[in-house]
Amino acid sequence: MKKSTLIGTMMATSVLAGAAAAQDVTLTIESWRNDDLAIWQDKIIPAFEASNPGIKVKFTPSAPAEYPAVLNAKLEAGSAGDLITCKPFDHSLGLYNAGRLADLTDLAAMSSFSDVAKSAWQTDDGAQTFCVPMASVIHGFIYNKDAFAELGVEIPETEAEFFAVLDTFKEDGNYIPMAMGTNDQWEAATMGYNNIGPNYWKGEEGRLALIKGEQKLTDEAWVAPFRQLAKWKSYLGDGFEAQTYPDSQNIFTLGRAAIYPAGSWEISGFNTLVDFEMGAFKPPVANAGDDCYISDHTDIALGLNAASEHSKEAKIFLDWMGTSEFTSLYANSLPGFFSLASAPVAMEDPLAQEFVSWRSDCKSSIRSTYQILSRGTPNLENETWNASVAVIKGEESPEDAGARLQTGLASWYEPQQN
Amino acid sequence: MAEKPRFRWHIVVFLAPAVLVYTAVMIYPLFNTLRLSLFTEVDQSRVFVGLQNFKTLFGDTVWSTQFWNALGNNFWFFMIHMLVQNPIGVALAAILSHPKLRFASLYRSAIFIPTILSFVIVGFAWKLILSPIWGIAPGMLDAVGLKALYAPWLGKEAYALTTLSLVSVWQFVGIPMMLIYAALLSIPDEILEAAEVEGITGLSSFWKIKLPLILPSIGIISILTFVANFNAFDLIYAAQGALAGPDFSTDILGTFMYRTFFGFQLQLGDPHMGSTIASAMFVIILIGVCLYLFGIQSRMRRYQF
Repeated sequence: MKKSTLIGTMMATSVLAGAAAAQDVTLTIESWRNDDLAIWQDKIIPAFEASNPGIKVKFTPSAPAEYPAVLNAKLEAGSAGDLITCKPFDHSLGLYNAGRLADLTDLAAMSSFSDVAKSAWQTDDGAQTFCVPMASVIHGFIYNKDAFAELGVEIPETEAEFFAVLDTFKEDGNYIPMAMGTNDQWEAATMGYNNIGPNYWKGEEGRLALIKGEQKLTDEAWVAPFRQLAKWKSYLGDGFEAQTYPDSQNIFTLGRAAIYPAGSWEISGFNTLVDFEMGAFKPPVANAGDDCYISDHTDIALGLNAASEHSKEAKIFLDWMGTSEFTSLYANSLPGFFSLASAPVAMEDPLAQEFVSWRSDCKSSIRSTYQILSRGTPNLENETWNASVAVIKGEESPEDAGARLQTGLASWYEPQQN
Repeated sequence: MAEKPRFRWHIVVFLAPAVLVYTAVMIYPLFNTLRLSLFTEVDQSRVFVGLQNFKTLFGDTVWSTQFWNALGNNFWFFMIHMLVQNPIGVALAAILSHPKLRFASLYRSAIFIPTILSFVIVGFAWKLILSPIWGIAPGMLDAVGLKALYAPWLGKEAYALTTLSLVSVWQFVGIPMMLIYAALLSIPDEILEAAEVEGITGLSSFWKIKLPLILPSIGIISILTFVANFNAFDLIYAAQGALAGPDFSTDILGTFMYRTFFGFQLQLGDPHMGSTIASAMFVIILIGVCLYLFGIQSRMRRYQF
């Protein structure tokens, strides 16, 4: 008897506690950006909570490579957060088609973004949009300005100059010419192949032609970047085969390497670590004066869990993301994540300004493997990781790598089967 | 007067917790996985396809090359454990049970400690030790003038799997050592003394008396190693990630199953193909265990003291 009263009391208190908490709605954000945890907690969330009393926001990131798997499992189990950070293209589209993400086409904030910005989070016909675009990342090379000054080299514009700079550093011997490893595989594809590639396949032109089946991965435009990667091997430092991504970051920020093949997302992390001056240069073109193309990849957006119990409050947050308060806060707390909003956002970080200035000189494109082409098995993105690594290590010739990717793609992708 | 035999309720009561828990966390998931492997997803709904998934797994070269690669790697992983871990375990146990050895309990604990460490710690620690950039391995080899022998092992296709197998051996050598050690201690002194009277001492007493007596334990250890190795996943995942690099050279069935089931990066998870691989793993382990039980265990001689 005594026990049941005790349980009764406990239940009563927990109900009361629940009622008290219900006054404040807590929104949970799922994300893969665990590097940004502090910025969300210290800057973005307090700014939102200050103007929206009664809504609390929690940022709960998971490890980047695991994110899609973890998120899918959570959505399946009904334990995912209210707001879902969206990967571009098929992963999010799959979630939308499965009814996991809500349709946000009519959200007021959507008018702040251009069609190109929204394209990564729309249905194939562009009729529905399901995530609010947050940022794109630009690829290029970050370099150690002090090291360049020490050896008296200028930033390279063409392929020949690029390798001449690397040779200078190799002969000098004090710096590892380029900090990149192949252990984690994705850097070779993302910071290698998709970084330098757009100059060869002419950005959007080649990317769309590949999707339509008018070009093949065995064409010169798609094999040429592999040919460049094959030359990188001798500049990568001892034991690059077992060098991981964090290893490469540390080697560069400790000042032991001259050049770092980068994505602009590194800027905020590197700023706090380096004690030398950093600069950036865009991927080299074949001949001086050629048109340049850069990878300006729509990378991150925020969507609404269709099963969320607080969709009204979540939409308030999503609308807030279209305001200049959010875009300027986000772009300046995370330099290197460039706002996709149509209204220009002023940035203070010089390195971020350098990256974003390329948008006016060069044509932008997104990563070649992301839209449509990674829908089947074998998965073209994962295969590209593997092929880029094999080419850099010299285990596969550029032509063989192109042929292998083409065979894999053609095995399931109809436009490539003719 | 004989009492009517009463139904022994206490047996049911005492068995119930274990049976219920085991059913909920092991038996039900196992059968559900087997069931799931017979379905596939078409337009968001689950469709029964019979053995079609198995046909894809073994018939479609995209899948089958990955499967045979993973299975081959798994056998190599197992071979290294059988050839390195278990003989070393037996040798260590034999040395430890030597009555004149000093600090035996210190060695015993020291060798056993890695076993209780998490895979994540072991994987990460060894990755750092062997790292070409920050690791102590290149420096130590350099100090003894053998720098030329150093290679970035975890990054080379030819060495990565063997390296990880040896790391796993390092971690788990304590288990065969402990089991054999216990078996050796249970051999009665009378037998050894009787052998000594017959003139069998030292090494030959190990080969002729002790080894035959601990053979059943070695059999059990082999089968435990087999099951553990074919279910392995954690160490490879912690050290090399889900893509089991370089170039899938460390991909074993566990990582292959994980990648397929949960997806990886842009590759979406496919629970049905994942279950198919899991079912194949289950069958492989079942066959291995049956071969052992009916082929070896039943023929093994046992000695009663």
